[in-house]
Amino acid sequence: MEDKIKEYEVVIGIEAHAELSTKTKIYCNCSTEYGADPNTHCCPICTGMPGVLPVLNEKVVEYAVKMGLATDCSIAKFSKQDRKNYFYPDLPKAFQTSQFDLPLCTNGHVDIFVNGAQKTIGITRIHIEEDAGKLIHDEFTGSTLVDMNRCAVPLIEIVSEPDIRNAAEAIEYMQTLKGILEYLEVCDCKMQEGSLRCDVNLSVRKHGDSKLGTRTETKNLNSFKAIQKSIEFEIRRQIEELENGGTIYQETRRFDDNLGTGYAMRTKEDAHDYRYFEEPDLAPIVLSDEYVSNIKNNLPEMPNVRRARYIEQYMLSEYDASQITNSKRLANYFDKTVSLCNNPKAVTNWIMGDFFKMLNELGLKINESKIIEQNLANLIKLIDTNVISSAMAKKVFVEMFETGKDAKAIVEEKGLVQITDESAILKIVEEVVNSNDQSVSDYLAGKDKAIGFLVGQIMKLSKGKANPTTVNELLIKVLGAKK
Amino acid sequence: MELYSLTIHEIAKKIKSKEVTIREVLDSVYSRIDSLENKVNAYINLTKEYAYISADKLQKKLDAGEDIGFLGGVPIAIKDNMCIKDVKTTCGSRMLENFVAPYDATVIERLELAGAIIIGKTNMDEFAMGSSTESSYFKKTVNPWDITKVPGGSSGGSAASVSCDMAFAALGSDTGGSIRQPASYCSTVGLKPTYGLVSRFGLVAFASSLDQIGPFTKDVTDMAIMLNAIVGHDEKDTTSVNLDKIDYTKYLINDAKNITIGIPREFLKEGLNPDVKEAFDIAIDKLIKLGAKVIDVNLDYIKYSLATYYIIATAEASSNLGRYDGIKYGYRTDKFDNLLDIYKKSRTEGFGEEVKRRIMLGTYVLSSGYYDAYYKKAQKVRTLIINDFKRVFEECDIIALPTAPNTAFKMGEKNLNPLEMYLEDIYTVPVNIAGLPGISVPCGFCHFNMPIGLQFISSAFEEEKLLQLAYTYEQNTEFHKMKPNI
Amino acid sequence: MSITREEIKHIANLSRINVSDSELDMYAETLSNIVGMANEINRLNTDDVKPTAHILESVNVFRKDEVKPSYSREKILVNAPTKESGCISLPKVVE
Ligand SMILES: [Mg+2]
Ligand SMILES: [Zn+2]
Repeated sequence: MEDKIKEYEVVIGIEAHAELSTKTKIYCNCSTEYGADPNTHCCPICTGMPGVLPVLNEKVVEYAVKMGLATDCSIAKFSKQDRKNYFYPDLPKAFQTSQFDLPLCTNGHVDIFVNGAQKTIGITRIHIEEDAGKLIHDEFTGSTLVDMNRCAVPLIEIVSEPDIRNAAEAIEYMQTLKGILEYLEVCDCKMQEGSLRCDVNLSVRKHGDSKLGTRTETKNLNSFKAIQKSIEFEIRRQIEELENGGTIYQETRRFDDNLGTGYAMRTKEDAHDYRYFEEPDLAPIVLSDEYVSNIKNNLPEMPNVRRARYIEQYMLSEYDASQITNSKRLANYFDKTVSLCNNPKAVTNWIMGDFFKMLNELGLKINESKIIEQNLANLIKLIDTNVISSAMAKKVFVEMFETGKDAKAIVEEKGLVQITDESAILKIVEEVVNSNDQSVSDYLAGKDKAIGFLVGQIMKLSKGKANPTTVNELLIKVLGAKK
Repeated sequence: MELYSLTIHEIAKKIKSKEVTIREVLDSVYSRIDSLENKVNAYINLTKEYAYISADKLQKKLDAGEDIGFLGGVPIAIKDNMCIKDVKTTCGSRMLENFVAPYDATVIERLELAGAIIIGKTNMDEFAMGSSTESSYFKKTVNPWDITKVPGGSSGGSAASVSCDMAFAALGSDTGGSIRQPASYCSTVGLKPTYGLVSRFGLVAFASSLDQIGPFTKDVTDMAIMLNAIVGHDEKDTTSVNLDKIDYTKYLINDAKNITIGIPREFLKEGLNPDVKEAFDIAIDKLIKLGAKVIDVNLDYIKYSLATYYIIATAEASSNLGRYDGIKYGYRTDKFDNLLDIYKKSRTEGFGEEVKRRIMLGTYVLSSGYYDAYYKKAQKVRTLIINDFKRVFEECDIIALPTAPNTAFKMGEKNLNPLEMYLEDIYTVPVNIAGLPGISVPCGFCHFNMPIGLQFISSAFEEEKLLQLAYTYEQNTEFHKMKPNI
Repeated sequence: MSITREEIKHIANLSRINVSDSELDMYAETLSNIVGMANEINRLNTDDVKPTAHILESVNVFRKDEVKPSYSREKILVNAPTKESGCISLPKVVE
C-alpha cells in the first residue's frame, strides 16, 4: 500500500473560516463574546424573526479588506451580498447571507515554508458571511438543542487554490493564515473555540494524469491535529478505494477526531441548489481607492517580513525566526525582551528552550505566563554581567515561571549571587585538589575526564555559587603547577 | 354625528380642545367595531386593553397641559403583518397564529410618538399574497359597500375598517397594489409611498425590494397627516432614505394649474371595465377643468410589469418565507419522523395554497437552470420599466391611471384562477416595480354602486405632488364623502 | 411552457413543501399558466440592459461596531414551540 500511495498525487484546496474579532455581530448590535449562556446574545435580527432587517457592521468590511491586502488580493471596487438559501436548524433565516459572485477580495496568495523550501499557495477569494448557531445534542433526553448565540457572528471565508499537496503543506498553510490573521488582529484564532476552522477539499490522481480526481469535502476541522489526521485518512481512503476498483463520490464528509476516522454525511436526496440571489435588504459595497490605500498604509508588519528581519537583524536561524514570528504575541514578546536586554541570541535560546517546554506542558500562551518581558530581560542581564551562572539561571527561571517574581529578587532571596572573587574560589580549588589525589593523578596521567569530577566537587563545595569560568581557569592553573 | 365617522383632522382638534375625551373617542370606535365586526370581519385581533391604557396616559398628559402629538388620541388600525411588541402578529396565516412579536416595528414607534392609539390588527391575505383578503387563514373580510364582495387585498381589513369608520385610519402594506387596490374597492384614500420613504423594519417581509408601508385614510388631508407621522429615515432599515423631513400638510393646496398629467392611453384598452373607464375619463376631464394640463404618454414596457412582478416578488418571497420552518417559532406539526419531515409537514400544514404556490414559483425561478431565464431577465426588464418611467416623468409631473381595472368582485369568483386575480393588479404593479409612489382616491361608482379609484403616480419622493393633485381633485368632488350603507 | 409533475415535485422538495398526488396536477397547471404569462418577458431583447437588484442607488450603508444590549432569553424563546435548558429543543431528528 505504501508503494501505491507514492504513485498518486494529492490535490488539496482549503476553505478556511475565520470568525472576525468585531465587538458585534455582522448585522445587529449583539455581542460576539464567546461562551455566554445559550441564547443570551440574541435579538430579533440575529434570530431571524419576522420583520427584521440587517445592517452591515462596518468593521466586517474593514477586517476582510485587511486580510485581503495582507494576502495580496485584489480588493473589489464593487461587491455585494447574496442569500444562500437552505434549511437547517442552526440557520434561523433559512438563508445564510454570504457573497456569491462578487466577493470583497480575489486572486491573492501566501507563501509557506515547508522543510526550508518556500511555496506559494494561491488564494482564490475572501468573502464575508455570517456564522450559524450551535446545535447541542443532549445525550440524556435525546433531543437537539438550538443555541443561537453564534448566529450571525461575522466570518471571512478564505478559499485557497488547489495548490496544496499533503498534510504538512496544509498545516503550514493554516499556520500561515493564522499568523496573518493574528498579526492583523482581525481574528483571535482560537481553534478550540472554532474561531478558526477549515473545510478540506481533497482528491487524488496518478502522477502524470492531467484530469483531476473526484474530490470530497471534509467539513469543520478545528485543530491542526484534526487537519493532519483527516488528510492522511482521506488520502489513504481514496487511494485504497481506487486501488480496489471503487469509485470516489463527490460528498461531504466529517472527521471524528476521537476515533481518528472520517465518514460521509448522509447524502441529501436533493442535490444542493442554494438559489443564490442578491440580498435586497443590503446595499452594495463600493470601496474607493482612498479607503483601500488607507487600510493598506496602516497594515502592521506581517509575519514573513518580520521573519526576514529577525534573520537579517538578529541572525536568528530560519527555523527559530519562523517559530517566533508565527505568533504575533510571541514575536512581540521577543521584541520587547530584546529591547530590554539587548541580547537576541539569549532571548531566542530561552524562548525556544525551557520557556517553550514549560508553556507547552501547561498549554499556555506566552502572554499567559507569569514571566513578563522585563523579568526575562533581567535574568539575561544577570547572566551577562556574571552575577549568576547559567546553571543558577535555570533554577531562577523555574522559580520565576512559578511565582512571577523578578529574577533579581529571587537571586537575592536565595543568596544565589555567584562567587567571582578569585581568592575565595582559589581557596576552594586548592582544598578540592588537595583532598582528591586519585583524580589529580588521573588528570596528570592524561585522563582529561578527571577534571570534570574536580569541577563538580568545587561547585558542590561552593554550593554552586562559584563562577564556573573562574573555577576552570584556576583549576587548570593549580593542576598545571603540579605537573 | 357620531365621533367615529369624523376624520383625523376633525377628531384630533376635538380631543385637543377637550371637547371630547380620548376615552369617548375610543368608546365610539370600539362600539362601531362591536356593531359591525361580525359582518365585516376586518380585524384579526383587537388591542383594546392596551388601547385604553394608552388613552388614559395620553389624557393625563393632555390634562396636565402637555403636548400629546398631532395624532394625540387618534385610534388607528394596523395590518397584521406589522410587529407590535407583545402583540400577536399573524400575517393572516396559520403559520403565525400564535406568534407574539418581541419588538415594535418602526412605524408603530413613529405612530405612538405622534400620539396615535393602536386599536387592533387587521385582516389580510396570508403573508400579503392576494388581491381579495380571501386567503387569510382566519376569516374573510367583506366589502362594506356590498357584503357579498371582496374588499380587495391584501390589506383588505385595513381598507374595510377605514371605509366603514371602524378606524380613523389604518396602515397597510403594498407590494404590488395591496394598499391602492383595496382603497379603490372600498372607497378610501390609499397611498403607497416611494420605496425607501417609510421604514420597513418590523414589516413582515413578502418581497423585500417591492414592499412598502402606507396609510389608508378617509380623506387626503388625513393622508398628509399620517405621512407626517410615519415618514423618516430609520437606521434599522438600510433601504430607508435620509431626506430632510417635510410637512406634507403644506401641500394640501387646491390648485391643479401647472400640473401636467400624463396618460398612457395604450394601457387603457384591454381588460378595462367600461364603468371604470368612464369614471376615469370623467375624472380626467374634471382635472382639465381644474387647470391641469393632460398629455398622452407612452410607457412601452409597462405591459411587462405583471410578468416581472410575479418573478421578482415570488423569488424574494420564497427566500423570505424560508424562516417559517417549524423550528424556532410559528406552527410546528405534531407528528414527524425526521428533520425533513418537520420542515415539510409544518410548512405544508402552516401555509395556505396561494402562499405555497408562490413559494414554489419563486423557488422555480431561482433554481439552477432557470435563474438567468427568469430571475435575472426580470431584473433586466425591471430596469427597462424604471427607465420608461424616468423618461415619461421628464414630460409630465403625474401619471394618471385607474387604480384597478374592475370594481370589487364577488367572493370566491376569482379563487380558481390565480392569473385572473393577478390581473387586478395590472395598474398598481408597475409602481412597485419602479419603486414609485402612488395614491388612490375615490372617483366614482360603477352602475351597481361599487367604488372606483383613481390612481396618481409621481416620480420618486414627490409624494407632495401626489397629495396636491389628490387634494385638488377631492376638494372639487364629493366621492370621498360617500359612506357605505352597512 | 409547462411545468411537469416531476418539476413540481422537485421544487416542492426544495421549498420543503409536501404536494400530494392530487395536488400535483393543480399546481402543475396553475404554475404553468403563471410561468407562461411570465415568459412574455423573454420576447424582449435585454442584452445590453443592467439588472436592477436595488431600486435605490445608495451604497455602503453601514453601522458602527457598538454593542447594544441583547434581548432577554425569555423574549427570544417566547415563541419557541418547545424549549429546554435555555434553548429551542427539537426531538432527536438531527443527524
Ligand atoms: Mg461559506
Ligand atoms: Zn442580534
